[in-house]
Amino acid sequence: MIQVRELSKFYGKKAVVEKVNVNIHRGKITSFIGPNGAGKSTLLSMVSRLIDADTGEVLVDDHLVNKMKSNEFSKRVSILKQSNFMNVRLTIRELVSFGRFPYSRGKLNAEDLRIIEQAMEYMDLMDMQNDYMDELSGGQRQRAFIAMVIAQDTDYILLDEPLNNLDMKHSVQIMKILRRLVDDLGKTVIIVLHDINFASVYSDRIVALKDGQVIKDGPTNDIINSDALKEIYDMDIPIKQMNNCRICVYFNS
Amino acid sequence: MKKRYLFIALLILSFLSLFVGVSSIKPLDLLDFKSEETEIFLISRVPRLVAILLAGAGMSIAGLIMQQLSRNKFVSPTTAGTLDATRLGILVSMLLFTNASTIEKMIVAFAFALAGTLLFMQILDRIKFKDAIFIPLVGLMFGNILSSITTFFAYKSNVIQNMSAWLQGDFSMIMKGRYELLYISIPVLIITYLYANRFTVAGMGEDFSRNLGLAYNRIVNIGLILVALVTTTVILTVGMIPFLGLIIPNIVSIFHGDHLKKTLPHTALLGAIFLLICDILGRVLIYPYEISISLMVGVIGSGIFLYLLFRRKAYA
Repeated sequence: MIQVRELSKFYGKKAVVEKVNVNIHRGKITSFIGPNGAGKSTLLSMVSRLIDADTGEVLVDDHLVNKMKSNEFSKRVSILKQSNFMNVRLTIRELVSFGRFPYSRGKLNAEDLRIIEQAMEYMDLMDMQNDYMDELSGGQRQRAFIAMVIAQDTDYILLDEPLNNLDMKHSVQIMKILRRLVDDLGKTVIIVLHDINFASVYSDRIVALKDGQVIKDGPTNDIINSDALKEIYDMDIPIKQMNNCRICVYFNS
Repeated sequence: MKKRYLFIALLILSFLSLFVGVSSIKPLDLLDFKSEETEIFLISRVPRLVAILLAGAGMSIAGLIMQQLSRNKFVSPTTAGTLDATRLGILVSMLLFTNASTIEKMIVAFAFALAGTLLFMQILDRIKFKDAIFIPLVGLMFGNILSSITTFFAYKSNVIQNMSAWLQGDFSMIMKGRYELLYISIPVLIITYLYANRFTVAGMGEDFSRNLGLAYNRIVNIGLILVALVTTTVILTVGMIPFLGLIIPNIVSIFHGDHLKKTLPHTALLGAIFLLICDILGRVLIYPYEISISLMVGVIGSGIFLYLLFRRKAYA
């Protein structure tokens, strides 16, 4: 479990994240949702130690993250940010191999190689393992990054808007993969999402942020209803039930 | 581009380089240990060859590290102000200690090279608009500012003649006793190889590095120290060699990608080969005179650089 206690981050005098308390449960997909500037990404970055919190603390499996060695931490928690560093020419295989960096520091042993193969197989990348990342489509690239995170073999996987710039087909593909990671491999996934319907269909729990504070936190079904959404987004959003999914019809509200 | 072929090319070119020059030396002359030919060979030709190999490999590696750490293919000691900062450092050392020894010059110039590169990285951090072409332009401007400061103070203190010597890279002055500083490139190469994986990870950004538990800032600092070391020693012994650190890593990257552990040997070899070719051409073209290496590399290198720029559209 990840426990966030009284976590705050200020930029100048403005609090981007203010006294956030939230528990993230093991073996579930938890989505962070909320309007732009609500502090979702900042919160995720603090949990994953990419930025330092100004006050408060984060515990991963009862360990204070600030007290953990960065090497140890990177064996427990991985984070994938929306990024554009693909001016680096690496093959998929090379990228996935770097997932083992916290363990091997670059010297791969037989065990590492096995895990790398497995990760690529899991993400269906074996055929193109020697293709360069900068020559791939957005969806393939995202899959390669997720394969790297699988190779990193952390219990907790944090993703910051992984569906950005992906078309519908690839978005669904990525979300299904995340679902499998949780259901098959017992991982814990925390994900910042913009599309409320992906959050509704795929996540177990939802944490809603607004103006740097957590305003809703609970099982998906408790959050995906018109009253709660009104509070989060200031919009009247009707919910339609389809094939056991709750779909928010926000396009003309 | 196999390592084996590069290595064979390097051997052939090295052999050529040893026997090209004003006084003709044939391999057989060397059998006589006391002959004039042997003396020239040992005092001038061999040091020249070693200097070319070390400078070529060193500058290419320096460029590779900079491109990796700045995450921009067009950043190198030439386009990031490192060369200009080093020259400013040399000027300062000459003004501070009237008869500066090589080591004193080296230390001051190194400090300036490092500070200049760090400053450039700071500027990079603050630029929001990270266009691939825009960043080296900023670096060139930054370099020109440093360069004008150097020129100004050089004029004021009447050392402008002396300074322009550092501007033109030139191997004709290299002989025994004047190039040994370049051996610093060897430990730099070794350290770079040991840290290759870390540099590759750092090249994918701070967030990415932290995710993998890499001490990002420390690796960047180590990288910049290595760059400053190589640049300083090359400028102090040979002079400026533009473009080398820019084009060699780019060419290797096209064929072999950016995994440093894999590309480092290629980059070092190709850098040495390229510099050797330029040097041999420079010595042969207007024989018995010599075209300076910075001119040769400048002409050939800028041509290749332009090609790389146009090519970029095709694949990036």
